[in-house]
Amino acid sequence: MLLTDKHREYWRRNLRLTGTLLVIWFAVTFGVVWFARNLAHIIFLGFPLPFWVGAQGALIVYVLLIRHYARHMNELDEEYGVGEDGR
Amino acid sequence: MPHTFVNRLKKYYSFYTGGFVMFVLALAVAEYMGMPDHWIGWTFMATTVALYAGIGIMSRTADVTEYYVAGRRVPAIYNGMATGADWMSAASFIGMAGTLYAKGYDGLAFVMGWTGGYVLVALLLAPYLRKFGQFTIPDFMGARYGGHTARTIAVVGTILASFTYVTAQIYGVGIITSRFLGIAFEVGVFVGLAGLLLCSVLGGMRAVTWTQVAQYIILIIAYLIPVVFMSYQVTNIPVPQLAYGAVLEKVTEREDAIMADPAQQAAREAFRQRAEQREADIATLQAAGAPPAEVARQRQLQAADTARAQPITHHGEPFPGQTEAERDTARLNFIALTFCLMVGTASLPHVLMRFYTTPSVREARESVFWSLFFIFLLYFTAPAYAVFAKYEVYTNLIGTSIIELPGWVASWAKLGLVSVEDINADGILQLAELSLNPDVIVLATPEIAGLPYVVAGLVAAGGLAAALSTADGLLLTIANALSHDVYYKMIDQGASTNRRIAVSKGLLLLVALIAAYVASLKPDTILSMVAWAFSIAAACFFPALVLGIFWKRATKEGAIAGMLVGLGLTLYYLIGVKFMGMPRWFGISDVSAGIFGIPAGFVTTLLVSLLTPPPDEATQNLVESVRYPSLKSIPKA
Repeated sequence: MLLTDKHREYWRRNLRLTGTLLVIWFAVTFGVVWFARNLAHIIFLGFPLPFWVGAQGALIVYVLLIRHYARHMNELDEEYGVGEDGR
Repeated sequence: MPHTFVNRLKKYYSFYTGGFVMFVLALAVAEYMGMPDHWIGWTFMATTVALYAGIGIMSRTADVTEYYVAGRRVPAIYNGMATGADWMSAASFIGMAGTLYAKGYDGLAFVMGWTGGYVLVALLLAPYLRKFGQFTIPDFMGARYGGHTARTIAVVGTILASFTYVTAQIYGVGIITSRFLGIAFEVGVFVGLAGLLLCSVLGGMRAVTWTQVAQYIILIIAYLIPVVFMSYQVTNIPVPQLAYGAVLEKVTEREDAIMADPAQQAAREAFRQRAEQREADIATLQAAGAPPAEVARQRQLQAADTARAQPITHHGEPFPGQTEAERDTARLNFIALTFCLMVGTASLPHVLMRFYTTPSVREARESVFWSLFFIFLLYFTAPAYAVFAKYEVYTNLIGTSIIELPGWVASWAKLGLVSVEDINADGILQLAELSLNPDVIVLATPEIAGLPYVVAGLVAAGGLAAALSTADGLLLTIANALSHDVYYKMIDQGASTNRRIAVSKGLLLLVALIAAYVASLKPDTILSMVAWAFSIAAACFFPALVLGIFWKRATKEGAIAGMLVGLGLTLYYLIGVKFMGMPRWFGISDVSAGIFGIPAGFVTTLLVSLLTPPPDEATQNLVESVRYPSLKSIPKA
């Protein structure tokens, strides 16, 4: 396959972004759950912190992660000239 | 051209939403003028189902691309709404708030699991599957891992994961229609089925997509309205998601007061004694050789009494338990369940299939964002729903005189969803004396909050929309796997377009009838098996899909072995623990069987791939091509 270095760099940057976002996803979900009992006495916005994270915080982070990924990758497509035509 | 299409969609759906709101308001006025409740229920059901059928008839098609992937021109935001409706089933709409009511913090595994999975969809699957651009998930397996073996396993996995799921949706339709229309459950099932089929048989994915958008709008309005009202009544703030922190604090105070109440303790003690008595009775029955059905019935009663004797736990407390070991097991189960639900979300074929329908990779990425955003609106409201309902029950219901209980308790008790038993005979309702089926929380909230019957009708219409939209998506997935992957790809590659679509429609009808028949038998096991769909789909598809995209070295043999081992181990654990009395591994419940199956699938695929020769160049080129939205400099593989 005739991939140029530019193509490989695009894929590496994609992998780096994906990896970083997955680390955040993992920490917000499982990190907070693991320490939930230790964090339960912290009150945030009127909720015990782990409850708030599970019911709202983590969900907001998920939405933002996907939004960031979509924006960033769509820009990267343009930058490396691998975007689709006609848009 | 695409621009005018988007504008037209915007116009249609704005008009539709406005029309629906006017319709609800008109019914509210009619109720005020004296329209009987029964008529309101019928008007709601008839109008919404006619609407869905109308959209289905308008979008009928005989074109293959239109039928299988809605012509690949569904804009990101509309695909987001359709995915939202496709995703949110009767269980999300009716059951989730109730589960949170019953479990408190521990129920949040569902909230996080069913939303966090979309991060995996967005980052690991959706854009690549869109670039691949075929019709079904087994298509990807077939192309990436060559030959019919991988495709066949994927078809089996699709059917295993989707069939019990669709049966449960049709069951939900039966429950809602029979309750709000006053018809027999079995009739309700087939009435719902008719509405379902008008849409999906005529227009396939195209009709299902545009109906799902319409269904999303109804279900989200129906979900938000009662809880906004309730929030305003309790806190004077009409934004329940912000207001319920303070209410949660009040609930915690009430929990302490209830636990300290001597009458509650007396009631619990009475249930504990009766549970012991029943235990002894069961032993006598068994010794006397009583029929197993009678013993099972007594066991259920005994379990119910034991549950009522348990101390209540704080709603916001993570992993409550008597001992440290119990708490650790609860935490492990929470994590395992969340993980399985997330990976399962990212593997369910009916969800992944939706990302074939966007016009481009770019829009596929944006579409996952919109999907999660629309799902988020419901899921971050559900915990608020549960807390407000708990507040109402704990402050206004517990401690009242049994003869003065509000009307909704009696009307739902008639349907067996609420039961009250004054075991300590003090004429006052203690918490231990009340048992609520989780489904009742959402269905009865309009009555609990004293809202007009129109709102109850709206909630029923919303629940129906949630069940129908998910059932449509699932039916289509099963029928497409059979018609496209089995019939067209494996049996008759020369079949004409007309024939392919005719076969697909016939199979759809057949699958729907079988599912409706199974649902009409009200099988308990089928319903408890729905949660298994996530573990099954996750273990079967996730490793093969992700490695297929991210690891060029993954071979056909590796993927086949990985799918078989993952699926096999998951099924072995599920069936072993649930039916064979096999001891649990690390205390993990059968629902989270995927926690063993998914890693096993990954490891097997890795090892077997490394032991077999690398994939040929065409396959490697395919992997390269899905990684880049377009590769202009390189000839197509």
